[in-house]
Amino acid sequence: MIEHRGLWRNLLPHIILLIGVAIIAFPVYLCFVGSTHPQDVIANGKMPPSPGPLFFETYYKTLFVGTSGTTRQPVWRMLVNSAVMATIIATGKIVISILSAYAVVYFKFPFRMAAFWLIFMTLMLPVEVRIYPTYKIAADLRLLDTYAGLTVPLIASATATLFFRQFFLTIPDELIEASKLDGAGPVAFFKDTVLPLSVTNIAALFVILFIYGWNQYLWPLLITTRDDMQTVVIGIKKMIVTADALTEWNVVMATAMLAMLPPVMVVVLMQRWFVKGLVETEK
Amino acid sequence: MEKRSIFGGWTIPLLLLAPQLLVTLVFFYWPASQAVWQSFLLQDAFGLKTDFVWFENYRDLLAQPDYYKSMGTTFVFAAAVTLLSLSIALMLAVQADKAIKGAAVYKTLLIWPYAVAPAVAGVLWLFMFQPSLGLVARGLRNSGIDWNPLLNGNHAMALVVLASVWKQISYNFLFFLAGLAAIPLSVYEAAAIDGASPIRRFWTITLPLLSPTAFFLLVVNIVYVFFDTFGIIDSVTGGGPAKATETLVYKVYSDGRLGGDLGSSAAQSVILMVIVVALTAVQFRYIERKVNY
Repeated sequence: MIEHRGLWRNLLPHIILLIGVAIIAFPVYLCFVGSTHPQDVIANGKMPPSPGPLFFETYYKTLFVGTSGTTRQPVWRMLVNSAVMATIIATGKIVISILSAYAVVYFKFPFRMAAFWLIFMTLMLPVEVRIYPTYKIAADLRLLDTYAGLTVPLIASATATLFFRQFFLTIPDELIEASKLDGAGPVAFFKDTVLPLSVTNIAALFVILFIYGWNQYLWPLLITTRDDMQTVVIGIKKMIVTADALTEWNVVMATAMLAMLPPVMVVVLMQRWFVKGLVETEK
Repeated sequence: MEKRSIFGGWTIPLLLLAPQLLVTLVFFYWPASQAVWQSFLLQDAFGLKTDFVWFENYRDLLAQPDYYKSMGTTFVFAAAVTLLSLSIALMLAVQADKAIKGAAVYKTLLIWPYAVAPAVAGVLWLFMFQPSLGLVARGLRNSGIDWNPLLNGNHAMALVVLASVWKQISYNFLFFLAGLAAIPLSVYEAAAIDGASPIRRFWTITLPLLSPTAFFLLVVNIVYVFFDTFGIIDSVTGGGPAKATETLVYKVYSDGRLGGDLGSSAAQSVILMVIVVALTAVQFRYIERKVNY
């Protein structure tokens, strides 16, 4: 530190940061509190700001029974759907992007740049600007209510391709020359040199893409109609009934806690990779 | 930049590119071109006949007061979220960048909302501010504010802004922190020797040197507000009350779904595509400059 002037100056950063942490944590704290009180206490607007007695009951009901209303799906099923979707999206994006980046960087062939631009331009076509035509194609291909329909349309990735391309360009040319002298072809060079070098980048990207996949909303909303294909993020929204008296807020809040837990754990436990992935893909 | 020694041949690179290109063509370019094509078509009321009508859908759209209202809503929403989340994140990042005890713990405790789905974030804030049962809403009502986001458009807007800001602070915080770490300590030391106060150092050193980061974040935040807040709006307000929180993206969704006005929805999609292209171009100009820098 440059100067040490008084207690106040040393304390102020802590005070500001603690207020920030408290504001950030507050909604989740209340969500947890809500998941431990009986439904009628919440519905009457009498929920106290401290946890109640029904922790195990609510979470058991949420995970294995679901709401009493129309969408009676146990939440464990939704969590499985979300986990499958997030894993397929993250893995799929990494696999097809690392392959296409390898092709663009390490091969010389006609239309190489055209292929690169074709992938790059998809950055400008988010799902939101082509909602209904994409839905129609997925429906024509009979992808509604399937894991393939949930994942494959989201699996192309300009950012991941750019990310791997950037990384491959930093791999010294001497490595490929040495491999060629050893008689290695493109497949061997990829398997023995490029892939092992990419491990940290793959891990960093996986963390970001898993969160991306888990948190998808608009596309699963369109593509799933059957209750047993719902992801947890969609499931929560459907549990909130317009007439508030019918909403089981305790179950909704328990579901929200369960929906947040996996991606938040990923960020906290794999923080180093998360930060690397986030900063280096530049979104 | 190119590799000196590369492989030749057609087949292998094409096989490697095939999956990516296939998905891209089937699920990106084909639907996007369909959207452009549909924006020039008009279906009659019974869906029996479709005419090519040139720019009529666009003309109709731009004659609708609703569309301008939605544009205004998007603009207010974007300005509020960007301004609030950037300034709060900057304030926290400046504190966390100081050599204080527990900086790493603070960092962990501030970045996790990035992992919360927008729709879930919306539900959390709805639970606090739901007029009849929310804990915070009760406090507001007790202090004499007639808080009701279900009826009052401004209240609904405030609620979606708060939820969106809450979620976006972590992202901005991380990038500001990275930007701050890149400023050499010697610059501060020199200024301190010259007698510049900490506040003056913030305005004359920190802020100018952070401006590339801030500009990058500005673009990213606008893109976030345009597209990623869909889940927040859908779970908190559903675009209401009386379309007070209907952003451009939400309008594409609800016009195409409920109204079934595909021509207009497609025309709106095309206008959005133009906006994304512009934003992406601005963003990449910045990145290029940073690379050359």
